[in-house]
Amino acid sequence: MGNPYLPYPVRIDRIVTETEDKNLKTFRFVFLNPEDEEKFAYTPGQFGELSIAGKGEIPIGIASSPTEKGFVAFTVNKVGLVTTHLHNMKEGDIMGLRGPLGNWYPWDEMEGKHVVIVGGGFAFTTLRSSIIYMLDPENRSKFADISVVYGARSPGMLLYKDELAAWEQRDDINMHITVDGTDDPDWKYNVGFVPTITEQKITSADNAVAIVCGPPIMIKFTQPVLEKLGFPPERIILSLEMRMKCGIGICGRCNIGDQYVCKDGPVFPLAQLKTMPGEY
Amino acid sequence: MTEKVFTKEEWLGTLETLKESYKLFGPVKDGDFHTFMPLDGNKKPDFDYENTRLSPKSVIYPESERMFEYSLDESEEDAHILKESPKDYSPCAVLGIRPCDAQAFQIVKRNFDNPEYQDPWWTQHFEATTLVGLGCNTPCASCFCTQVGGDPFHEAGLDVLLFDLGDRFLAKGITDKGEAFLEKTAGNPADDAALAAAKALKQPARDKITATVPTDQLKDKVTNELFDAPFWEEVAFACLNCGTCTYLCPTCWCFDIQDEVQGNQGDRIRNWDSCMFPLFSLHGSGHNPRADKFQRVRQRFMHKLKYYVDKYQNGVQCSGCGRCVRYCPVNIDIRNVCKLMNDFA
Repeated sequence: MGNPYLPYPVRIDRIVTETEDKNLKTFRFVFLNPEDEEKFAYTPGQFGELSIAGKGEIPIGIASSPTEKGFVAFTVNKVGLVTTHLHNMKEGDIMGLRGPLGNWYPWDEMEGKHVVIVGGGFAFTTLRSSIIYMLDPENRSKFADISVVYGARSPGMLLYKDELAAWEQRDDINMHITVDGTDDPDWKYNVGFVPTITEQKITSADNAVAIVCGPPIMIKFTQPVLEKLGFPPERIILSLEMRMKCGIGICGRCNIGDQYVCKDGPVFPLAQLKTMPGEY
Repeated sequence: MTEKVFTKEEWLGTLETLKESYKLFGPVKDGDFHTFMPLDGNKKPDFDYENTRLSPKSVIYPESERMFEYSLDESEEDAHILKESPKDYSPCAVLGIRPCDAQAFQIVKRNFDNPEYQDPWWTQHFEATTLVGLGCNTPCASCFCTQVGGDPFHEAGLDVLLFDLGDRFLAKGITDKGEAFLEKTAGNPADDAALAAAKALKQPARDKITATVPTDQLKDKVTNELFDAPFWEEVAFACLNCGTCTYLCPTCWCFDIQDEVQGNQGDRIRNWDSCMFPLFSLHGSGHNPRADKFQRVRQRFMHKLKYYVDKYQNGVQCSGCGRCVRYCPVNIDIRNVCKLMNDFA
């Protein structure tokens, strides 16, 4: 086995500015050694450590889908030393990528079921990965109805706007896009917070699994809505964030009780989280 | 199993010849305290000590360790690409390590060498190291190894165990590594008097450890009930968050990863870190799941006495060395905290 701390060298292939505040950019990476792409075989819900020589590493959810070949994509919010540096890098620059890390959404369990995706803000990245994965012609028949509630503060803060528009046109996925508020008279989707829209649009929990990814406040208010709809805690799946370094369950900082978010997570069913200390 | 005896002069003499085969580390008197140091130059080990302030943890797990190196010089073809830093894994031996500190390596091994991931540096340093222990004739008041599955003459985790018989050392080989070490030493086969003297040391030493704190009661308790117990604020009240406990602890393994650059050349380095520090768990967003002092104190004790127990099903993450008890500036005592946890229904 190779050194699990050693990043694969990658080249920045494409950079897309996603949001109107320019704080979120999507980076597409291409592996310098083509065989590394095979070693980086991932499943939606996993994350990677983006590594910049001289700056450090950051754990970021994988935004691309394994059905998209030739690159891996990450959407990165500019918050600290590494992300600020990354936002100033350009296409063609060389950096590193380590992973894939952590567990993934329970794809085997979700087969044959309705999938309800609830996302907010810039946590939509691994949910994009999941949607692309499920909509792939190879996979779409494995799942029943797919419903998506996705909210952002304003229309300009939504990620992947072109793809959202394309999904709106499809009849094999029910999109419920919402914003907290807008003064755009042409806004044709919902206005309201994610929990409210979830309550209005999701009508049944029968044979359904909910995947929830968003800021803590959204998760806090969405959870009772889903439980009211009849989702048992085993079928409410959450993806957590935590400060991480090693990403492989060794450096010790991302624990919740005896679970490491980096290795045992980041995906946890609510039923499991309820047995763990509420320290996240 | 080899058992040899040495006069103390013979032992020090044989160490000189061992230097050809091993890089030796031993306890060296350094001011008022003993410190494990490389026995190079004219450094002489002194085996007449209770315990060192720092365990020899850093021989296998350095306080700061280079992981990778890289160039930021754009004219170089491999600029920005990380390469493994060169390492020295030639054999070394730690002389005089206490059984509790050797046991500590077994405890942290479950973290660094687990079925899913092997830490390449820790495992290779560990593999290259022979642990030559020195049994404890006079445990300290703060020692409690017998309460965590250890003993002043505990053999598991050691390659060789030395008994201090006053004018002589008796050395007992425990593992193949230890046998290979003893093959290279002088000394004579142990006589019956030496064997009897060594055996006679054990019970009196054990009797000197008076702390009684059962550490096997917590595995059956519910994590969230202990977590929500009302005593954590009180336990943490006096804590200064100085990190002394985690720094001195032979079973604390947490580390940070940082990049350091000079000119165009850089290193990725890992450094010991501590759950006592707020930055340890601070998110980029500003959110901190352990923002309050009592949460960090609770994390340390819950990790050692409950989370580790549940995760590995192999006892507590504590070897009973007592350093955190001895050197805590505000006298927080893990034995008392364990009692609080035991007594909490």
